[in-house]
Amino acid sequence: MASITLEGLKKTYAGNVAAVKGVDLHIQDGEFVVLVGPSGCGKSTLLRMVAGLETITEGTLKIGERVVNQLEPAERDIAMVFQNYALYPHMTVYNNLAYGLKNRGFKKDDIDQRVRTAAKMLEIEDFLERKPRKLSGGQRQRVAMGRALVREPAAFLFDEPLSNLDAKLRVQMRVEIKQLQRRLKTTSLYVTHDQLEAMTLGDRLVVLNAGQIEQVGTPMEIYARPATMFVAEFIGSPAMNMLPLDYLAQQDTQGVLSQLPKETDTVGIRPDDMQLTPPAAPYVMLDATLMLFEAAGAESHLYLNLAGSDQPTVVRTAGQPPVSEGETLQVYVTSDALHPFNRTTGKRTAH
Amino acid sequence: MVENRPWANFFAHLTLMVGVAVVVFPVYVALVASTQAPGDLLRGTLPMLPGAHGIENFTRMWQSGVSNAGAPPAGKMLWNSFIMAMAITVGKLSISLLSAFAIVYFRFRFRMFFFWLIFLTLMLPVEVRIIPTFQVVADLNMLNSFAGLSIPLIASATATFLFRQFFMTIPEEMLEAARVDGAGPLKFFKDILMPLSITNIAALFVIMFIYGWNQYLWPLLITTDPDYYTIVMGIQRMTSEENPQWHLIMAAVVMAALPPVLVILFMQRLFVKGLTETEK
Repeated sequence: MASITLEGLKKTYAGNVAAVKGVDLHIQDGEFVVLVGPSGCGKSTLLRMVAGLETITEGTLKIGERVVNQLEPAERDIAMVFQNYALYPHMTVYNNLAYGLKNRGFKKDDIDQRVRTAAKMLEIEDFLERKPRKLSGGQRQRVAMGRALVREPAAFLFDEPLSNLDAKLRVQMRVEIKQLQRRLKTTSLYVTHDQLEAMTLGDRLVVLNAGQIEQVGTPMEIYARPATMFVAEFIGSPAMNMLPLDYLAQQDTQGVLSQLPKETDTVGIRPDDMQLTPPAAPYVMLDATLMLFEAAGAESHLYLNLAGSDQPTVVRTAGQPPVSEGETLQVYVTSDALHPFNRTTGKRTAH
Repeated sequence: MVENRPWANFFAHLTLMVGVAVVVFPVYVALVASTQAPGDLLRGTLPMLPGAHGIENFTRMWQSGVSNAGAPPAGKMLWNSFIMAMAITVGKLSISLLSAFAIVYFRFRFRMFFFWLIFLTLMLPVEVRIIPTFQVVADLNMLNSFAGLSIPLIASATATFLFRQFFMTIPEEMLEAARVDGAGPLKFFKDILMPLSITNIAALFVIMFIYGWNQYLWPLLITTDPDYYTIVMGIQRMTSEENPQWHLIMAAVVMAALPPVLVILFMQRLFVKGLTETEK
């Protein structure tokens, strides 16, 4: 077990294409850190640099106290779980798990014991003699995890391991990965584009965009106080509504917006924070027309057209409010629901 | 196709039967001819039923051959053919596996240049480069030897190309997983790539073996010593005699046709096994 330190890590491909533009990050021993971002943001490249599958153009990478920039993946004491599992199709599950140990010259008894322990932990004991082809997606996923587990490495690296599973299995495996990591306390770096997966799994989240870190923090910190407009819109579903300050100011009869910092020109409001009934605290009232109504069981999404604004707006509310498409309604926003941003810098204006 | 149309069925089967007959008939004639007495085949009408001299003809061909026509015993020639075909097959497979491995998995200077160089040679059949090749082999003192028979035919652009295409379909994560698992290039080749290519190897083995077995022009050129005659050129030598002894020639033909058939039958099992058990 070890910490992982990234100092000014850069990756530039031929033709001067910068995939990762200088990332500083310290992952503590035993911590579960999730890298999240849209496709093409460099999160996979970053993970593969840590794994040793991509060369590091600039910067230092330390696993524990060791600088590992020049080391082969096998020498870095890490294990990786791939998106498509990358199991060896001609080997039985047992041999898939044992292969890495054999290559490292472990004794036969030791290998056997480790494989059986890992198999037991992942409940794949019954499949040890089968080939990967005969397994379902979820079972293959477990085998891929087992292959990482048997080595008892300093760190686990996960490259979107759940994206090939169906929705139900994904939730189940998500819980299992979390439990497993809690139990083993192995430092883990996990890449995903799914913000729900990121929120639920990580001790800390790293939101990446265009090869740079936008924000690092616990999931709740990031949700409650997104540092940039990008993070605000990326984390949370449905995405945060962004309304121009001028437009809101016109409707502000109770002075709700007076507390906002001077540079603010855009205000973000989470769909959950828009209320359909007038609250007790001072509020801004917005007139709207309901364009589309989505009932999602326990909650409903209302797609609104705000009067005097062309900004599409979503409201999330519990249950099923008594409105129908085409009707006009009022939504209310209180001051603690406001996320102030500056559009030119893209950053949050309040501290 | 669950319709029931007796006439269509009938015609379909008739076509198939005619097709099979056209293919099988010459083989049957060869078999029948190999069992006739010396003069029977020269009488103008070809006998359609097996004669009584089969064992006699085969034994004679196997043991003594037709030495005055430049054909040593068939047993010797079959053995020569077998060695040559095996050397060519094994050589071609190992070289093309290794070169495809290099081209797909290693980034070296002029990689694509070398690939296209190999690919270019695809366009030159043996016959085109046969004179310069003969010169080289003669200068290296490899005439009348198994090395001379097989080495010049070992380089294979076709097999290299096929293995390259196959290797490129193997997901890159497989290599990455192996690297994380601590397998170096050779271990990856031996433990992952070779077992995955087993179906392709079996298929190419069949094709290459038959290619090697059927070589005619090359052995004819470089062997003057009957100890190195191969069966295919031996048959040709017997037919170019003034009074070809067709009953013996046909016995040799039947014997020459057997090994490729056996190779196909044997490899077919591996084939099917490979097809049903491998999956990416």
